[in-house]
Amino acid sequence: MGADIILVPELLASRRSRRNNSECAELWSALDSVTDPEIPVLSIWDLGILHNVELDGSQVVVTITPTYSGCPAMDEISREIKNLLSSNFELDVIVRVSLSPAWSTDLISLEGKQKLREYGIAPPLERGATERSIACPQCNSQDTEYISEFASTACKALYKCRSCGEPFDYFKCI
Amino acid sequence: MTKNSGNEHLFRYVLALGDDAMVLGQGLSDWCSRGPYLEEDLALANVALDYLGRARMFYDYAAQLEGKGRNEDDLAFFRDSREYRNYLLHELPHGDFAYTMARQLMVDIYSVEYLTALIKSSDETLSAIAQRTLKESQYHLRRSRTWVVRLGDGTEESHRRIQTAFDELWGYTHELFEPDEGEKTLAAEGIAVDCSTIKDAWDRAVNGVLAEATLTRPDEDWAVRGGRKGIHTESLGPMLAEMQYMQRAYPGLEW
Repeated sequence: MGADIILVPELLASRRSRRNNSECAELWSALDSVTDPEIPVLSIWDLGILHNVELDGSQVVVTITPTYSGCPAMDEISREIKNLLSSNFELDVIVRVSLSPAWSTDLISLEGKQKLREYGIAPPLERGATERSIACPQCNSQDTEYISEFASTACKALYKCRSCGEPFDYFKCI
Repeated sequence: MTKNSGNEHLFRYVLALGDDAMVLGQGLSDWCSRGPYLEEDLALANVALDYLGRARMFYDYAAQLEGKGRNEDDLAFFRDSREYRNYLLHELPHGDFAYTMARQLMVDIYSVEYLTALIKSSDETLSAIAQRTLKESQYHLRRSRTWVVRLGDGTEESHRRIQTAFDELWGYTHELFEPDEGEKTLAAEGIAVDCSTIKDAWDRAVNGVLAEATLTRPDEDWAVRGGRKGIHTESLGPMLAEMQYMQRAYPGLEW
């Protein structure tokens, strides 16, 4: 039995190395408590929104990237980052919203995908996946049907499971 | 980034792109709570939200370029209709569902072609906005394309309605491919997209969907122009009045 080789998309790998090589690891860790208000089980790190943290003296610049242009969660997330770092570390916080490189579902970590599934949202398919069917996050059945390109938020589509009858959100792949 | 020779041109260019997104997003949001069924209602509201986000990015950048202390909200809420320079197609009332989907198909195909070209812009901000929004337009197109085919190749009634929609909208598409002087200058500098260059690709894509939907390409013999000059249809004024009312009545109001 050979070991599974897990290919990590380039964007995700470079983000990981920024975090691992950072001199302010405690700030990255602290930001793990900031979550997407729409998906409270996912931290902004898991979701791939947190792009970089750079400390310069008493000033910290946190770069985040929006999932969708009109995502209303970005304002809320920026506020939370500012509150957290300024009250716990007494830093002067600047939150920069960067559009490039554009966010993609490739940036969601493997742990993030697992947490999505446990929360009841089907995670995005791997890019280039050959199996196109979306498994039901409740009962894991592959017998599901597509209902709508959009669901409760811009980042999700709506599906229904034919086995257990539950409708569910699918985090769409972009 | 090139910001010297064409700063005024660039400001006007970015502002017009913001106007296109703002006006279309505002119009689409009318469908919220009025969609034909729940999923469609949500879908249209989500598409509207994408356009609102797009407008914010362009306005925010335009405000920076202008450098006169105005922000994105000032640009959206404190300009009159003559100062709006969106293409007319975006401001037309949403009509029935077929009319909304016919327009969406034409706009989505246009956006995909346009943004693909804008990614190559030498202006980093425009290129970044294009990278972000292209993914959204590609997704929108999947849906509008499916709907146009479904309605065109559907019942007699749905076919009639969507054909009528294309017939009524077609004359507003010509100006989408006619760059003004400022755009031509910026395009020559590698900053803007020369919209006349995406006409062939747009035609091919639209013709493909029309054929699949058993629809006829409308007559080319009429055209309405004026959006980029600030000359609008009767639809824009009332829309802006509603959209701007709160900020005009209570300037600087925040939620």
